[in-house]
Amino acid sequence: MATTLDSPRSPYARPTGKRGTNWEKWGWIYMRGSGVVLIVLIFGHLFVNLMIGKGVDALNFGFVAGKLASPFWQWWDVAMLWLALIHGGNGMRTIVNDYATQRVTRGIFKWAILAAVVILIVLGTLVVFTFDPCPAGSPADLLPKFCPAI
Amino acid sequence: MSTAFADAPVVPEEIQSFTVTLIIRRFNPEVDDEPHWEDFDVQMYPTDRVLDALHKIKWEQDGSLSFRRSCAHGICGSDAMRINGRNRLACKTLIKDLDITKPVYVEAIKGLPLEKDLIVDMEPFFESFRAVQPFLVSNTAPVGGKERIQTVAQRERFDDTTKCILCAACTSSCPVFWTDGQYFGPAAIVNAHRFIFDSRDENAAVRLDILNDREGVWRCRTTFNCSEACPRGIQVTQAIAEVKQAILRGKA
Ligand code: SF4
Ligand code: FES
Repeated sequence: MATTLDSPRSPYARPTGKRGTNWEKWGWIYMRGSGVVLIVLIFGHLFVNLMIGKGVDALNFGFVAGKLASPFWQWWDVAMLWLALIHGGNGMRTIVNDYATQRVTRGIFKWAILAAVVILIVLGTLVVFTFDPCPAGSPADLLPKFCPAI
Repeated sequence: MSTAFADAPVVPEEIQSFTVTLIIRRFNPEVDDEPHWEDFDVQMYPTDRVLDALHKIKWEQDGSLSFRRSCAHGICGSDAMRINGRNRLACKTLIKDLDITKPVYVEAIKGLPLEKDLIVDMEPFFESFRAVQPFLVSNTAPVGGKERIQTVAQRERFDDTTKCILCAACTSSCPVFWTDGQYFGPAAIVNAHRFIFDSRDENAAVRLDILNDREGVWRCRTTFNCSEACPRGIQVTQAIAEVKQAILRGKA
């Protein structure tokens, strides 16, 4: 009868479940990557909206509509929207992990965060790409310059 | 041949002592349901440490006060405790360095199961420590003889993390560890770092893989509590960051 004994010095193995995608690692990398990109996007956004030209006084429907009519700014804003919401949502998730000690409250908070992130991303993306800069029947002085005179 | 100063005895300057109030979080699992705070007044000298105050209390006022200590000189790492809200070694904290106009609060370190008074169950802490294989692993014979030679620079690479005394001050100051007891904790990562970056060791890949766990280094969010708590002055957060970098690069 062959008896096998475990090596007494066999390394201790922390019980790991299935080793699928390492979400904690990718989450960590995402936070660093998106953080750097967001610095450029957000400060660029603030600079263009608030400092160039007439500054904050230039902000009105026409200004925003004019920006959203250009694909460049559409993609800029959509990138900012997705990166910032996922970045913030993931940050909130770590805070919940820190402060919510009960399983149930943790679950509720995390699902609420996920719902908020998804809803805002869907709504925001929809608005950016389906935005009509020249709604019919509006006074011309509120509309961007390129709208055909009605 | 008598001299003038022979009959003028030198009177040593009287060293001032002062009274300090210690408020200690007591817990006796045999009678208490909940820990409670209890205060003690002790007479202390400027050269005394918190550990001396605890000794005085235990020896002169209340023999049931329980705490761990061994070397009393910052070497063994048994007496980490939370003093005025900060994790420190009682044997390395001079009372006069604390604000003695107010009471000094002393309690057990947080995040580990409280056993009695200032004693916690260190087993979860040591289990994480063991899990990172904190020993030299080499499958090759040393080049040309018995020694594994290292240059000064190679030794310098992991010098900081060799200083760890496993006191648990860092791990028990980590907010991630408080709520997630499965997290390896700073001390385990520090001790993995000590071997990962050792040029003589050949098991870095295995340790990096262990720490690439979902409860591994990625749980760290650079709070710097550990670096602040470490009584050995180890740059704990930096060591963790270096391990993260090594995992991303795939090698030490
Ligand atoms: S790293 Fe510092 S605080 Fe942490 S266990 Fe080692 S000596 Fe103690
Ligand atoms: S008693 Fe040994 S470190 Fe304090």
